[in-house]
Amino acid sequence: MSVLSVRDLTVTYYTQAGPVPAVRGVDLAVDKGEVLGLAGESGCGKSTIVNAILRLVPPKTKVTGQILLDGEDVTAMKPGRLRAVRWSGMSVIFQGAMHALNPVQRIGNQIAETITIHGQADEKGAQVRAGALLEQVGLPPRRLRDYPHELSGGQKQRVMIAMALACQPDVVIADEPTTALDVMVQAQVLKLLKELQRELGLAMLFITHDLSVLVEVCDRLAIMYAGKIVEEGPSVEVFRDAKHPYTTALSGAFPQIGDRRFRMAPSGLPGDPPFPGGVPEGCSFHPRCPLAFDECPTVEPELYPAGDGRRAACLLVPRGERTPVAP
Amino acid sequence: MSETMPAVSSPLPNAREPVLAVRDLHVRFAGRVGLWQGLRGAKPADARAVDGVNLELYPGEVLALAGESGCGKTTLARTIMGLERPRSGDIFFEGKPLGRGTRMLREYRRRVQMVFQDPTAALNPRQTIYESIAEGLRVHSITRGSGGESEEQLVARALSAAGLRPPERFYLNYPHELSGGQRQRVVIAGALVLDPEIIVADEPVSSLDASVRGEILKLLLGLRNELNIAMLVVTHDLGLAWTIADRVAVMYLGRIVEIGPAESVLTNPIHPYTRALLKVVPEAGGIDRPFLAGEPPDPTSIPPGCRFNPRCPEVASGAAEAAGVLPACQKQDLGLQELRAGHFAACHLMSREAGVESAPAPPPLER
Amino acid sequence: MRPGTIGPPAEAPTPPPDEDVRVPHEVLLSPRRIVWARRKRAFQRTARTYRKSTMGMIGLAILVFFILVAVFAPLIADRTTMDPTSPTTGDAYEPPSAEFWFGTDNLGRSIYTMTVFGSRISLTVGLAATLISMSIGALIGIFAGYYGGWLETGLMRVTDWFLVLPWLALAIVLASLLGRSLSIIILVIGITSWPGTARIVRAQALSVKTRPYVERSRALGASNWHLISHHILPNVGPLIFANTILTVAIAILSETTLSFLGLGDPLAVSWGTILEFAFSSGAATTGKWWWLLPPGLAIVFVVLAFTMVGFALDEILNPKLRER
Repeated sequence: MSVLSVRDLTVTYYTQAGPVPAVRGVDLAVDKGEVLGLAGESGCGKSTIVNAILRLVPPKTKVTGQILLDGEDVTAMKPGRLRAVRWSGMSVIFQGAMHALNPVQRIGNQIAETITIHGQADEKGAQVRAGALLEQVGLPPRRLRDYPHELSGGQKQRVMIAMALACQPDVVIADEPTTALDVMVQAQVLKLLKELQRELGLAMLFITHDLSVLVEVCDRLAIMYAGKIVEEGPSVEVFRDAKHPYTTALSGAFPQIGDRRFRMAPSGLPGDPPFPGGVPEGCSFHPRCPLAFDECPTVEPELYPAGDGRRAACLLVPRGERTPVAP
Repeated sequence: MSETMPAVSSPLPNAREPVLAVRDLHVRFAGRVGLWQGLRGAKPADARAVDGVNLELYPGEVLALAGESGCGKTTLARTIMGLERPRSGDIFFEGKPLGRGTRMLREYRRRVQMVFQDPTAALNPRQTIYESIAEGLRVHSITRGSGGESEEQLVARALSAAGLRPPERFYLNYPHELSGGQRQRVVIAGALVLDPEIIVADEPVSSLDASVRGEILKLLLGLRNELNIAMLVVTHDLGLAWTIADRVAVMYLGRIVEIGPAESVLTNPIHPYTRALLKVVPEAGGIDRPFLAGEPPDPTSIPPGCRFNPRCPEVASGAAEAAGVLPACQKQDLGLQELRAGHFAACHLMSREAGVESAPAPPPLER
Repeated sequence: MRPGTIGPPAEAPTPPPDEDVRVPHEVLLSPRRIVWARRKRAFQRTARTYRKSTMGMIGLAILVFFILVAVFAPLIADRTTMDPTSPTTGDAYEPPSAEFWFGTDNLGRSIYTMTVFGSRISLTVGLAATLISMSIGALIGIFAGYYGGWLETGLMRVTDWFLVLPWLALAIVLASLLGRSLSIIILVIGITSWPGTARIVRAQALSVKTRPYVERSRALGASNWHLISHHILPNVGPLIFANTILTVAIAILSETTLSFLGLGDPLAVSWGTILEFAFSSGAATTGKWWWLLPPGLAIVFVVLAFTMVGFALDEILNPKLRER
């Protein structure tokens, strides 16, 4: 049963330069207790999806499609219901979360505030819950009285996780939660997230550009490019045996140490990820694709079945030709 | 010259002299104490960002300086560039010490260039690409190239070498009109225009999109191969070091704790810290890997003895005690010892296992 | 077809086309031309953004109107009607009529003419005083912000000293010591209004100084002078410019105040002087509204115009406001 289900989501911003389609028809589904990873670079639309799911997009934005949270359509919710659902149904660990803490408020109060706003406890009860949450994320409860600047980056990130869990949501969206952290701290935070997710049976949407991190944490992966999903499937399989050339390139950007193929041979793609307003015709990836052929600039691929529970949007897939392994 | 670190044989057979050498470098940031604490008698603690570093860079080699944040790698790079002033120690360029004389410093600054982490911030938003690149030439009052080229030809050549072709198309653009990868190429072109011997790159790709990183790294490697430019690449990403480095130096709390050929250091690390770092790099599998316990390193309060000892897994597991080196770990500071060919580490336990004496620590700062 | 027949391009893709580039790039092989082209483009872009600001455009229109009035004063008003001894002046206290559009004052002088020529004085004094104030303020601000340390501390203490100086008291003292003249007014306004500019400029210079591109320039080997002139100044310049416009408004108001208090030059009639004449002749109590209204409204409109233009420019040029 999907706790979070997104069907044919399209998000178009209206800017001074005209309409900009940031997300162009995306389907996602996260089951209870499952972790779905969403990978992609800047401009691919993943942060837009997060905003759209919580209806945090700017006023003049067109959002079409269905966003179902436990069966209820978020796009059709009235403001009262939406406010209730935000955080208690679904919460977000934002990118740059370490800067999302109010510097002049003690962290205990900030956590407690989220609880009291949702009417889930009174002031005292909220403080008690905040203490329990801190323990759950591996911080001593006495830290409730600290101000944000007294915490390290990793500790602040844990506080953000505690806040995200404060109202006992069913779904947690983590948007680049470990990007700014050192490897050691990153590993600790990832382990914490995974443990909490298992313990609480959360459905989690994990968004990042670092593919190797996703493989650690996620059961399934979806790769985004230029506003669309170009590949999806079980995470280990997608990482090891990519069907879409972009996935191959993305995993090549985070080579395993010891992998001789990458020794003195950095692998990357020419060009840059397209701006949302300037997506190429046909297959949006074709100008940068090492395997592009004559049909690619004219035919836009769909997500073709590519194995057990796997799909990929590459014209080579229905032809049955395997994409070669990274250089 | 320090006797504890003999010159490491370089990867290029014909070059034995380092183009850049750093000896006993100490860089400190003055501590500050709030008024209240000061009145209560607290003394400000200096942050010992670089705490006795010896390093050599050979012509045409790529040396990766790796470590977590706070280890001093960025400070070391900036001090080499002259952006920070060392408390003590020397920098030798082509064998000659860098004096304080401005003329020598200017010449040095022409031949040692820097590539910054964030290309957007490193370019003046009000200057066109042409002007940003020509700035280096103008600062050094270079109006003609060594072959008689005009300023415009030099700029065009640098842009082409950095992969921006045709160069004229980019002259009038502003940084915000280019993509992240293109901006970094502009920064690299700005470094190339002065024909440097050394490029110091501080996290050159960490703020770029993942798919674009490879091309920039390819560019840097290409520059080394074609122009024999030596590179000091500061990075927290050991995977990057695997991709482009000849040698890797791992830093912890202001010291180099391990240095050697990249393959040796990254696939067969000696120092416990390096081993811990490599275990923690994400890869397909589980996340149930051992972490380092203890507080993250604080350059204002460096532990006595081996500075890694409070967090060292070998100490925690009892292996150090069993080998009888625990007292040394806790009380005796040490320097880099060659434990394999060309591969140095500063670890009492590993030295003991190799049957050699630990090397003495770099001399402390004289007051 | 075999995969790979259309490969990625051999060169980096060209940047998105920019509509501003009107000059074809083949022409631009001279660095000087490039600098001018860049300046022209930047100006055009600022002008385009400025045009979108209603407040800015209205302010600009009013400003242009008054500047034209000041420049073409002799053409639109007969100077002799300001001279009480001339036969062209009217009777005393004439209300507005077809001959004297704003009526006459107690000496029969045409208030219209006085207002028109008064614009010259008010605007000139305002601009001159601002020039002094801006120069000192910008110089001190940049040096304090860039060099830091003792220089900054010293300069900022001097700034603080001037900041608390009571300008009105100073003006009165100086006027009584040195006599009443426009130069005194310009001087007083100049030396008491630069601290505001200095503080803003210093803050901006501090912030620019730490930016990575300044560091890059230093790493390239640039001297302090190069850094200040090529990086600090251009990035602080727009702020100074916007601040200057606002300072002119204040300067004009200050001059009006001083003239109104009787410290102005009685022979150089500014709007403030007209108001001083009017008040001391009891125009307010005797209902001679035509004497007070024209200079009063002129001051209000001019100050308003400068303020509107200044705010509009500030929004465009102030990086903090722009980073939204």
